Amino acid sequence: MNRNLLIGAVLSSIVVLAALVSFVWTPFDYTAMNIPDKLQSPNAVHWFGTDHFGRDIFSMIMVGARTSIAVALVAVGIGMALGIPLGLAAAARKGSWVDEVIMRGNDLVFAFPSLVIAILITAVFGAGAVNAIIAIGIFNIPVFARITRGGALSLWEREFIMAARVAGKSASRISFEHILPNVMNLLIVQGTIQFSLGILAEAGLSYIGLGAQPPTPSWGRMLADAQTMVSLAPHLALVPGIAIVLTVLGLNLMGDGLRDHLDPRLRVART
Amino acid sequence: MVRYSLKRLLSLILSLAIASVVIFCVIEVAPGDPASFMLGINAQPDTVAALRAELGLDVPKWLRYLHWVGGMLQGDFGTSYTYHTPVSGMIADRLWVSLPLALYALAFSTLIAFPAGIYAAARRGKAGDMAVMGATQLGVAIPNFWFAMVMVLIFAINLRWFSAGGFAGWDKGFFAAMKSLTLPAISLGLPQAAILARVMRSALLDILGEDFMRTARAKGLTRRQALWRHGLRNAMIPVLTIIGLQFAFLMAGAIIIENVFYLPGLGRMVFQAISSRDLIVVESVVMLLVFAVILVNFLVDLAYAAVDPRLRSRT
Amino acid sequence: MTLLSIQNLSLSIHKTEILKDVSLTVESGEIVAVTGESGSGKSMTAMTVMQLLPELAQTRGSVVLDGTDLLKLSESEMCRVRGQSVGMVFQEPMTALNPVKTIGDQVAETILIHDAMPKDKAYARAREVLDRVGLPAERFPLTRFPHELSGGQRQRVVIAMAIALRPKLLIADEPTTALDVTTQAQILDLLKELVAEFGMGLLMITHDLAVVADMADRITVMRYGEVVETGPTRQLLANMQHPYTRALFEASGHLVDLPPAPAPKPLLEVRDVVRDYRLPRTKLFAPPGHFRAVKGVSFTLNRGERLGLVGESGCGKSTLTRALLGLEPIQGGEILLDGQPVLSEGKPNLAVRRKMQVVFQDPFGSFNPRHRVDRLITEPFHLLDNPPTGAEREKAIGEALTAVGLKPSDAKKYIHEFSGGQRQRIAIARALIIRPELILFDEAVSALDVSVRAQILDLLAELCRAYNLTYLFISHDLSVVRTVTDRVLVMKSGEIVEQGETEQVFSNPQHPYTQTLIAAAPQLPDLDELKRSLTDA
Repeated sequence: MNRNLLIGAVLSSIVVLAALVSFVWTPFDYTAMNIPDKLQSPNAVHWFGTDHFGRDIFSMIMVGARTSIAVALVAVGIGMALGIPLGLAAAARKGSWVDEVIMRGNDLVFAFPSLVIAILITAVFGAGAVNAIIAIGIFNIPVFARITRGGALSLWEREFIMAARVAGKSASRISFEHILPNVMNLLIVQGTIQFSLGILAEAGLSYIGLGAQPPTPSWGRMLADAQTMVSLAPHLALVPGIAIVLTVLGLNLMGDGLRDHLDPRLRVART
Repeated sequence: MVRYSLKRLLSLILSLAIASVVIFCVIEVAPGDPASFMLGINAQPDTVAALRAELGLDVPKWLRYLHWVGGMLQGDFGTSYTYHTPVSGMIADRLWVSLPLALYALAFSTLIAFPAGIYAAARRGKAGDMAVMGATQLGVAIPNFWFAMVMVLIFAINLRWFSAGGFAGWDKGFFAAMKSLTLPAISLGLPQAAILARVMRSALLDILGEDFMRTARAKGLTRRQALWRHGLRNAMIPVLTIIGLQFAFLMAGAIIIENVFYLPGLGRMVFQAISSRDLIVVESVVMLLVFAVILVNFLVDLAYAAVDPRLRSRT
Repeated sequence: MTLLSIQNLSLSIHKTEILKDVSLTVESGEIVAVTGESGSGKSMTAMTVMQLLPELAQTRGSVVLDGTDLLKLSESEMCRVRGQSVGMVFQEPMTALNPVKTIGDQVAETILIHDAMPKDKAYARAREVLDRVGLPAERFPLTRFPHELSGGQRQRVVIAMAIALRPKLLIADEPTTALDVTTQAQILDLLKELVAEFGMGLLMITHDLAVVADMADRITVMRYGEVVETGPTRQLLANMQHPYTRALFEASGHLVDLPPAPAPKPLLEVRDVVRDYRLPRTKLFAPPGHFRAVKGVSFTLNRGERLGLVGESGCGKSTLTRALLGLEPIQGGEILLDGQPVLSEGKPNLAVRRKMQVVFQDPFGSFNPRHRVDRLITEPFHLLDNPPTGAEREKAIGEALTAVGLKPSDAKKYIHEFSGGQRQRIAIARALIIRPELILFDEAVSALDVSVRAQILDLLAELCRAYNLTYLFISHDLSVVRTVTDRVLVMKSGEIVEQGETEQVFSNPQHPYTQTLIAAAPQLPDLDELKRSLTDA
């Protein structure tokens, strides 16, 4: 196990653990307002201080992790569930109209950054966490379709695929039996990267009010609330920001570590 | 080259056409009638009908689509539901903030990323490489709007070098305007620079393993000469792809950053439009953003051909 | 004075010993060939002379070029030697040139980087050198890009780059391995001419003994990083001292003992087969063009016969192979196996597929690295209506592995645990397991070292006898086809230009193309004749 993978895994598990624990326990009720205790700096009672309503920031961070993870996870799930089969199909029928339609569709979706999709969806259906998930998820589809197709295309040229075709196996059977397991490493690595991008995107959308709505706590919205008070109580802006940075850093390190960890073995098998 | 450009141009037009249909359809799904929304709940049915006719809402949908697209081609984006002024004028004013911001950020990000990426690749595995890679790892993880808030905290509130927000306006002179865009451009560009530097480094490292780099060394080029003369131009191909993709993120990121710095750009306008359900404004701004992204990708395609002779000769 | 003198050279990378006490010399105007199988360290010897070794490489001994010990030079001093005193030509011409620079720039760069002459003269010299290597100005202006040239032409550009400054020593690392035989013959001739003309020393690395025998003044044979034998070419071959040299020579010209072919009875009938590929549109609204890769090919393969299909790259033999396997549709004609079409209405015919299997070239790429051997070789069971299960399946696996000279216990291993030759045996086991009547060998021994290749060819003869098999042997390697087939087809530009009994075609080719092909193929010398000529002298 390499150093990147270790640090990344530790950081990521802390965040996941915080999110899970928040279901059963938080130091304070994250919705409880306590105006007399407002805008406290980090101290022994409120580890990360309190906000302008006197709510405990540590508790809000824990519950906010839940929102971030849920949104990013479902968005990556949408991207994978739709993108991988599309990529496999495009590679299996390379050059045909199926491939052409899928790849053109991909190009088109790439022209809509997830924020633009979010703006459209919000303008029509209103803001909310679900719409944020859909916006990020839609943007993830071409990402996974492309990476699957790229990996699959080089595999289709390999002789073991020819051997499977000579054995009379259909394109879809070959795609799932031979192609998918061999592009899985690629997808796992890309998955962690998209997961971290999803967390960033969710924070951005919530920050501008297009993501999770009150009372659901979200790191992005905590930052939006902090903005007017940043000179008064800098910890309001610093704590959620650092939470985002450490989470994303952890996931990225884990992705890099996984790639280094998975790749050499593939290379050994190939040469 | 001409044939290649024409082909790309055709694909650009096709993408724009499809994108406009998608945007139009999504907006069409929106519940509620803009005319009654504009006039309030107490409006008389005949006034609503008159306004509908005035806004061109009383014709079939496909005809409305054609009007919309035809109007845009002539620079007419329709009339804002809330402000009752031409959308094109509103957009033009705001574009003079958002576009310079995105370009400023792109220039900033490229100027930092290229040297950093080349430096790291040239010293692969050494201390310099580790430092650059560590910094980019952090840079990739920082959300740009939070970075913007920290920048405001440090440079505007504590050091007072810049103002915390607002836009000086181009009539106050180029430097005053650029100064008010500097903090936003840095916040927007630096995280992107981290990504670009990583791409630059890994593209160069991939090239270093190519056979023709060994050929170059066999000719008597030093490692550094081989990197500059043979590596860089080949590495530009993946780097250009990322620059193209980044522009989309920069345009989108600008929308968020404008909020941090209270800049009167497209982003602020679109949020006001969303909250007042001024769908024609949303529709036009989204179309404009998508147009910008598709146009940049077209330019990137042309840049590919300039870098790679194999594309130029291919029909 | 000796031009290049390598004395007691040892090389280790990451504490792995690559070279052990290697000594060899090259004189001006002399061609010295270093030969051996993969892992012999022959290429590493060349890279040590160039000092283009991976990091953490440690060398001992001396590499003296023209009085200077290259191992003692600093990196910047070495940069002045490379390209100026030593030029190098590589194996893979398709990737050896920078795709985004013109050939003129790349040749002139050798001159300019050493500040040998001003820019205009450097380009004039580049032109001159390109003319000299057979790329005349009217067809190959300096402004050409590498992708506009064929493999052989690119190799000429690489040679031009290497000799632009008239180096004293030229190193060629498998310079023709990636090329077709007719191109190979031209490049080898060019190298010989250049050596004679410029009085260069040529250190040539090659695995091909036939090329060596034809080219070299002296030979050095290497194995496991050591020199096993060295000497003047004719004397060394006439009087091989080391058993390994003898084994290598025997394996290179290995003849297999085929059972006699039974009386002709058609198994595979190919009639007027046409295969078109759609070309990308050149004009927007014009219909897309077509490239006819196979132009009306007809032949019959009889039951129990071994048929060869030879041709150079791009002749359509791979396309024809895929059509025969029913992997791609054909646009005209028919392919019948045992009277039934391999593709019926675009759908593969399983009853026909069962009777036909294939062994591919690449022993590394033909297996899914994630599956065990038992799963890999039972893949063709998919073609059966009632594939064997349980003990019956185990038995089939065991039998197939035993038949190819492996152990039934190998079934539980992963493919990376096997060597190249063993993997090719597993590929044969996979083809054999459903007891087909016909096996296609698509360049099946081309990637193997000669000694392994000889063993696999013997195995094929043995299996053919034991299982009554019919073979179609597709290869660019004439010597292999000559020994392992009864009849041969010669293919060129999508057409079969000649067919007949193998021995007859090889000893008395009729078609001009077959004549060129056979004349171009380097041949091992007849040892008896060689000995006689030496004693006469």
